[in-house]
Amino acid sequence: MASRPCLEKPLPVNPGLPKNFSDYVNRTNQDDLPPPILNWETKRERRQKYVLFLEDISVSFDGFKALDNLTLYLNEGELRCVIGPNGAGKTTMMDVITGHTRPDSGEAFFGENLNLLDKDEVFIAQSGICRKFQKPSVFESITTIQNLELAMKANKTVFGTLKAKLSQADREYLASLLELVRLTERADQLAGSLSHGQKQWLEIGMLLVQKPKILLLDEPVAGMTPQEIERTTELLKNLEGQHSIILVEHDMEFVRSIAKIVTVLHQGSVLAEGDINYISSHPEVIEAYLGGAQ
Amino acid sequence: MRIFDLSTKIFCALLVAAVSFLSLGVLTPTSSFFHVEPYTALIIGKYLCYAILALSIDLVWGYLGILSLGHGAFFALGGYAFGMYLMRQIGAKSVYAASDLPDFMIFIGWDKLPWYWLGSHSFWFSCLLVLLAPGLLGLAFGWTAFRSRVSGVYFSIISQALTYALMLAFYLNNLGFGGNNGFTDFKTILGFDLRSNNMIGALLAISGLVLLLSYLLCRYLAVSRLGLVLVAIRDNEPRVPFAGYRVETVKLFIFTLSAMMAGLAGALYLPQVGIINPSLFAPVFSVEMVVCVALGGRGTLYGAVFGAIMVNLCKSTLTSAYPMAWPFVLGGLFVAVAVFLPQGLAGLFFPQGESKLKRAWSSLFGLKSPSPDLDLDWEPDDQELDDEAEPSSNHLSKASLAGPKAGRA
Repeated sequence: MASRPCLEKPLPVNPGLPKNFSDYVNRTNQDDLPPPILNWETKRERRQKYVLFLEDISVSFDGFKALDNLTLYLNEGELRCVIGPNGAGKTTMMDVITGHTRPDSGEAFFGENLNLLDKDEVFIAQSGICRKFQKPSVFESITTIQNLELAMKANKTVFGTLKAKLSQADREYLASLLELVRLTERADQLAGSLSHGQKQWLEIGMLLVQKPKILLLDEPVAGMTPQEIERTTELLKNLEGQHSIILVEHDMEFVRSIAKIVTVLHQGSVLAEGDINYISSHPEVIEAYLGGAQ
Repeated sequence: MRIFDLSTKIFCALLVAAVSFLSLGVLTPTSSFFHVEPYTALIIGKYLCYAILALSIDLVWGYLGILSLGHGAFFALGGYAFGMYLMRQIGAKSVYAASDLPDFMIFIGWDKLPWYWLGSHSFWFSCLLVLLAPGLLGLAFGWTAFRSRVSGVYFSIISQALTYALMLAFYLNNLGFGGNNGFTDFKTILGFDLRSNNMIGALLAISGLVLLLSYLLCRYLAVSRLGLVLVAIRDNEPRVPFAGYRVETVKLFIFTLSAMMAGLAGALYLPQVGIINPSLFAPVFSVEMVVCVALGGRGTLYGAVFGAIMVNLCKSTLTSAYPMAWPFVLGGLFVAVAVFLPQGLAGLFFPQGESKLKRAWSSLFGLKSPSPDLDLDWEPDDQELDDEAEPSSNHLSKASLAGPKAGRA
């Protein structure tokens, strides 16, 4: 039988119509709204295009909407800053991405096929999304280098861990990483004895040894001195391109120095997205921040 | 080899020397200078079994931070599992030698062995059961507890409830384990007389060997990367899954291993003590063993062994001299160690980290409030932080001092 490829092709659907489509159709004044931008990308194509795909994520805690139809896409190798006033949902967003919190609705994909919503924290961490917490959380009673060894990408089953040995290549790799986070001198000190800034760096190091595709950094420069911030900026700029990074930060100076694209969250959804100049002159952003501050 | 650090070498040498001296001493004639009374050897053997139990508690408490107040249950279960074999060995030598059944079954009018006594005539099957019974209980209990993320004090409480429930069950005559009286009046193992000097020496030597092997196994775990994971779980459990480790699985593995170790200790304890009854399931016994570990020093292994031997030595001496005083002495020791020696007695000999002894002295003289280190729900994350990482509260000054120095590196 002759194949009829043209009939087997799925009919294109239009997921890109604006949400207020019914408003658009039922509008009274023809000039009220601009014509819809027809976005013919399918969900699958978007998932292929972006390394991280979050669509319409909603999370509520006891009626409080922490995330409200949040949609965010992250390109491969991009460094994205996420800012927003307190309670805007930044940390909740990270919780959703890392499998810590299950959203009430929405879709979240890592790459094309990994559905983040039906995997647990361990699986997600092992498949390459690593997270630095707001409060530096290194393991205090083992040494700096042991912290790195622990986090290192490896077979992390019980028996795999039991039999794990550091090869010469591993040692060199850990040494180079210590160099990168400037902790070579402190390699054999207990992590609990490091200063606050050094703990932050160690934790970034612990993420990097996991060879992640996506790094989620929750306030990496909180509590750092200006010199330390400068060095952290340098470090993160080096990482750009090798890893996709989502950076949550309050420090606007730092954001300004590092960000290409900034996403502003407000009340659980994206308020604005663009470069830093666009964001800092955006009236609603100013309103949200000043409104929050007053 | 990292397993054999200084403390391990000292420990192994002392243990091997002491046990071989004692167990060979039993074999020498009474007139010999090196003669050791069989009674003494039995007592020492009992202490070694307690030491293995303490080791198993230290593994889960000192390294993993899980305080189990019910480890006596695994110990007793191992004892009962081996006791079944010893009871079957009595056979026709029993008082009411009417049949192959143990006496207590005849008393309650049973005419055949219940199904769970099948295979108990075989020595090797019983040895397997000694590991399997506590192991399976540990696995089931751990699985339910860790799955539902029970931890801290809550875990301690339900572990105590577990051993209490088992105690009540084993008091029942109809359970088929001798009820109130338990198992006693053992005669032979593998046909050898239990009361002969050779057997007493051999049991002591085996207890010593098992203690040595358990110690080395724990050391092996502690220095492996899994050991790091254990400490990480103890310090900061919520962070561990994000490093890619399955906390529940690790906990379950270690807890089951520890339960099996405790069971083995119980099985060795039984032939040397000669009696087992449900009082071994009593929470008091488990708590006493936990106190031993705390006194000796958590997370050091040798501290647990040392603590178990010392405390039980004191107990034997004191309970014979002043029976009423023992609970007060035990409680007093516990409080004293909690306040003055947060690292236990082991901290005196091998202090870890920055000098805790100094801290203890300063707390003694009221320079600083005593550290609440010996909390039931041991969370060094917070408590150690209070003292050692104080700079993190004023990290700005400290960081600015440390920052440039690290930068030049």
